[in-house]
Amino acid sequence: MLVQIDQEKCCGAGHCVLAAPDVFDQRDEDGIVVLLDARPPAELHQAVQDAAAVCPAAAIQLDQAPDRA
Amino acid sequence: MTALREVAVVGAGAAGLHAAEALRRAGYDGRLTLIGAEDEPPYDRPPLSKHLLDGQWQPDRLALRSPDALAELRLDLRLGVPAERLDRQARTVHLADGHQVRCQAVVLATGVRPRRLPGAEAPLPGAHVLRTLADALALREELRPGTRLLVAGGGLLGAEAAATAVGLGAEVVWLVSAAAPLAAVLGAETAALLTGLHREHGVRIHRGTAAAVVRRRGRAAGVRLADGSELAADAVLMAIGSEPATEWLAGSGVPLDAGGGVACDAHCAAGPGVWAAGDAASWPDPRTGRRRRLEQRTNATEQALHAARNLLAGPDGARQAYAPVPYLWTDQYGLRIQAFGSPGTADRFELVDGSPADHRFAAACLHRGRVTGAVGIACARALRQLRAQVAAHAPWPPADPVTRQTADHAPARLS
Ligand SMILES: Cc1cc2nc3c(=O)[nH]c(=O)nc-3n(C[C@H](O)[C@H](O)[C@H](O)COP(=O)(O)OP(=O)(O)OC[C@H]3O[C@@H](n4cnc5c(N)ncnc54)[C@H](O)[C@@H]3O)c2cc1C
Repeated sequence: MLVQIDQEKCCGAGHCVLAAPDVFDQRDEDGIVVLLDARPPAELHQAVQDAAAVCPAAAIQLDQAPDRA
Repeated sequence: MTALREVAVVGAGAAGLHAAEALRRAGYDGRLTLIGAEDEPPYDRPPLSKHLLDGQWQPDRLALRSPDALAELRLDLRLGVPAERLDRQARTVHLADGHQVRCQAVVLATGVRPRRLPGAEAPLPGAHVLRTLADALALREELRPGTRLLVAGGGLLGAEAAATAVGLGAEVVWLVSAAAPLAAVLGAETAALLTGLHREHGVRIHRGTAAAVVRRRGRAAGVRLADGSELAADAVLMAIGSEPATEWLAGSGVPLDAGGGVACDAHCAAGPGVWAAGDAASWPDPRTGRRRRLEQRTNATEQALHAARNLLAGPDGARQAYAPVPYLWTDQYGLRIQAFGSPGTADRFELVDGSPADHRFAAACLHRGRVTGAVGIACARALRQLRAQVAAHAPWPPADPVTRQTADHAPARLS
């Protein structure tokens, strides 16, 4: 799984951090999303999908194709 | 779930899209019809008063999903055609183009529609509302340096539009009826900071109540106030609140609340096979017992996910009560104000970080000694840590001071 974020679209809700704190963080100044892990391990995929689904600004894109190691 | 083969979602905005997407993600494989009155595939509204209005963004940036992601949902997508009637007995949605959509379950997500002033109930050049992409593009067209814009309505929408318009060089009069506009939403302290910024940037705040749009030569030429006086303008934006787009449900047997919202139960259901989410739906808030309808972007998403999950849980399944921690944000003059819960109803404001004067703070908002809201600017972490207190309506001061917490105590999954 490849995670991509669009910082310009992000509205700083922080829902992604609540859903997947190992993958997303927020800049303190404005709450904008920071990507901690663009290729999260399999056990976090569900949480990352939750994060993308709840993002109010559609700022998280997931490429679900299996990782080529 | 095996028996469920036909689901319809009415309203193709944020709530409708998220409901449809959540159904697919949870494994629903049957027919899924998404019906939307607007021509555009689901798009995001918050930018309409921000970067779409100021011209920094073009409409394509507002799409909530790429064409590919939409295609993956395998929707029977009916855009540009409103639903006209719901027949609950026959489990059929009747569309304005004469088509009928059969469904075992329906999710109502038709949002709200702006109120208009007398004199401009019907479309009138120079009289604007701001709800759709078309609305925003029409308003943007009028905003030039020197345009005299009158913004009627002291809520967040009016505030954002006033800020954006003055940034484009328009001469803005912001007509508000409350002594402290925005205080009911954000609390007195944050509202005072924002109204101060509006004044600094040249917005003239006028206290009064608009009674009607004044027309001259077939155009809006200002407003007449309740006291009979007139304010002249080249264009008028009516940002005076909205009403749930539920008139098409009249006679359907779907319960509506006093304000016209779909009156859901605690599980987002409004009768057998009927579910609702987003701006159009009210539900009894388990924390207060009071019926509530939120016009907030993240609520549209969370409530839609919730409705979809409960829909699939089936009649005997484990339905979950909807108990969100409301979140909203607003962007004005380069500042992003963020809030959890209900800062507007608080009786005490406790700073945990920064200060409003510095345009950087996080504060707990207390009602009778409990944290019922949180508001802040540029203090995302401190604010997020307050979310757990808001969720719990925790007593203040906390036993374990939030400012010293290092980790989030929020649940891993939302809602
Ligand atoms: C200009 C603007 C700025 C905003 N800014 C913010 C912000 O900064 N922060 C925030 O938290 N919230 C903001 N909001 C609120 C947020 O956008 C809404 O809460 C959210 O869009 C609600 O989503 P929804 O799907 O319930 O309704 P909508 O997005 O309104 O979608 C409902 C859809 O249903 C369609 N429809 C209506 N009737 C029918 C029918 N009979 N048949 C078929 N389709 C129908 C409508 O045409 C519409 O497309 C803003 C709203 C606006 C208008």
